[in-house]
Amino acid sequence: MSVTPEQSETGKAKSSASAVAATEGPPGSGQGPGAVAAEPGFYTDEELAAEGRLAAPSEVSITLASTKGSPVMGAPIGVAAGAPMLVGRKRWEFAYFAVRNKKFMFGLTVEVIFVLLAILGPFIAPYNPNTFVAAPNLHPSLTHLMGTTYFGQDVFSQLLYGLRDSYLVGFLGALFASLVGMTIGFIAGYRGGWLDEVLQLFTNILVMIPSLVLLIVIASYLKTRGVFFEGAFIGLTTWPWVARAVRAQTFTLRERDFVDLARLSGKRSSSIILKEIAPNMASYLFLVLILLFGSSILLAANFDFLGLGPTNTISLGTMMNQSMLWSALQLHVWWWFIPPGVVITIIVAALLVANVGLDEVFNPKLRET
Amino acid sequence: MTRYFARKLATYVLAFFVGTTVDWGIPRLMPGNPVQIYLSKFSLESNGAWQALNKVFTRAFGLNVPVWHQYLNFWDGVIHGNFGVSYYDFPEPVTHVIRAAIPYTLALLVPAIVLSYVLGNRVGAMAARRRALDDTVLPVGYVFQAMPYAWLALAMAYYLAASHHWFPIGGAYSEGMLPNASWSFAWSLFQHWFLPFLTVFLVSFGGWAIGMRNLVIYELETDYARYLRSLGASQRLVRKYAYRNAVLPQLSGLALALGVVVGGNIVTEVVFNYPGLGLLIYHAVIDEDYFLLQGIFLFIIIGVLLANFIIDIVYVLVDPRTRLSMQGARA
Repeated sequence: MSVTPEQSETGKAKSSASAVAATEGPPGSGQGPGAVAAEPGFYTDEELAAEGRLAAPSEVSITLASTKGSPVMGAPIGVAAGAPMLVGRKRWEFAYFAVRNKKFMFGLTVEVIFVLLAILGPFIAPYNPNTFVAAPNLHPSLTHLMGTTYFGQDVFSQLLYGLRDSYLVGFLGALFASLVGMTIGFIAGYRGGWLDEVLQLFTNILVMIPSLVLLIVIASYLKTRGVFFEGAFIGLTTWPWVARAVRAQTFTLRERDFVDLARLSGKRSSSIILKEIAPNMASYLFLVLILLFGSSILLAANFDFLGLGPTNTISLGTMMNQSMLWSALQLHVWWWFIPPGVVITIIVAALLVANVGLDEVFNPKLRET
Repeated sequence: MTRYFARKLATYVLAFFVGTTVDWGIPRLMPGNPVQIYLSKFSLESNGAWQALNKVFTRAFGLNVPVWHQYLNFWDGVIHGNFGVSYYDFPEPVTHVIRAAIPYTLALLVPAIVLSYVLGNRVGAMAARRRALDDTVLPVGYVFQAMPYAWLALAMAYYLAASHHWFPIGGAYSEGMLPNASWSFAWSLFQHWFLPFLTVFLVSFGGWAIGMRNLVIYELETDYARYLRSLGASQRLVRKYAYRNAVLPQLSGLALALGVVVGGNIVTEVVFNYPGLGLLIYHAVIDEDYFLLQGIFLFIIIGVLLANFIIDIVYVLVDPRTRLSMQGARA
């Protein structure tokens, strides 16, 4: 019936070279072009780079890839490539390396602290974030850790409340983008043929429409906006690069022996994708999720800053928006806009660092000795 | 070669078509309609006046014809460069308002994108496998990459302009000046341009440096690099080849990063009150100037599509294998 982990492992190890030979030129010819000849499609670029990487030889059965760090958050290059398995005992091996990876543990610790603050925020916040609690524009002091706003609101309390919003938007954005992107990527990569062509065309078109601009235009028509709306819209405009990356990965995996075997056994396509292909790129998908999380938080911050964020709650971005609207720059009320940005930067940077750490965990070649 | 470009071109034409259709469709799909929003600003007392004005505006906005006709009319406007009249800058045509803003946006975006890409790649490649540099470039890169544009812009505006007065805080040139071809005006332009440029530059720079570092590290581990080294090639030569191979995925990354940079530029212009398309889109949103919004959206789409096209061409020029395989495909 289904393929056991051991089988899929050998299948993978054996076919890594042949798969590359099939889709690419000779190993080392690397990215792009070989494939243009083989498949005159739209993907001359880094997708093939990712595929090409599968050729990398290694002492371990889990070969693969490096991080190609994303050029700008939200842009695709994020995680390249590797599709090591998270099956069976491997999972424990990863856990073993994960807890020993300084980068990953650092990122994880920071995130756990901030998530706790976000959850506990409303309970430990000293003041109501929306009400007038002290004189306006007070410097940071012991009673008001981060000072007060133009309206005499406590900045520290606003920060604690706003944290929730940012995490929620990051979570929703990552959720929606990964759902849509992975679905389209899996279908396009697994099915191939005209469906692939159509989906790729769709993806390639959407990838060129700047999501922040689209969001601005849409939000300008809506007078009341919630966090859910924001997260969903961010997710629904940022999925294209996920679809492209997942498609490229699926494309290489579907040629493998264990997938053929599963197909011969009469499994349905959906179950092959979910049970055979997806687990083999689980670590990759996980890294994609982390990057999506970070880019959603950043996008939301910029979006909220323009005053287009949720109209009913406080977020870190709306704090910056308010500070600019009420001349914090000219009045030198730096404690109003510096803390929210620092917090966003720490959150996203910690995500990026954890991402690199995890990449090292999944990919033995990158591990520091 | 022809086939490759024909496909590319088809994608761009379709993308333009989709972008324009979305641009046309959004106002019609959203709750409420622009006519009522405009009317609400007049605070009309009598119902008769409301009715009359409603009729006038509906006709002025071209909403009195069937939807398919509205769509054709919109395309007619797009082709003739007629996007209606701006409400924010009444009675200027939207096209004029946008045209005045474009040079400022390009002056920020083009140098920021090109410089951050070139320098980022250089620094990233140097950082790869050079411990001291790596330990500084990597953390700094991550921090810049993780910064919201809005905040970096605010922080710079505050520390470098508002509090230390090293730079002017906003606008494109000193308020007391009129545009003229003098050195003092050029200097004023430069001073006002520098901080917004630096903001966009820094955020992108971190990303490119990190990306390049990782790619070069990867390339140095490949078979061809090992082979070169075993032949006794100098480290310099190996690095040169690694760099040339690593630049390609970075180039396609550039195409994909454009949207993010454009978005970041909008926010930055708002912070520095810099009169480009970003500030314009902000005013259009605040003043509910939907014609202007529609026009800007379309112009940005066209700009991004053009940039993508340029990158496509550069990719072919930079990567000899693409050229060869295309010639092969033709033969």
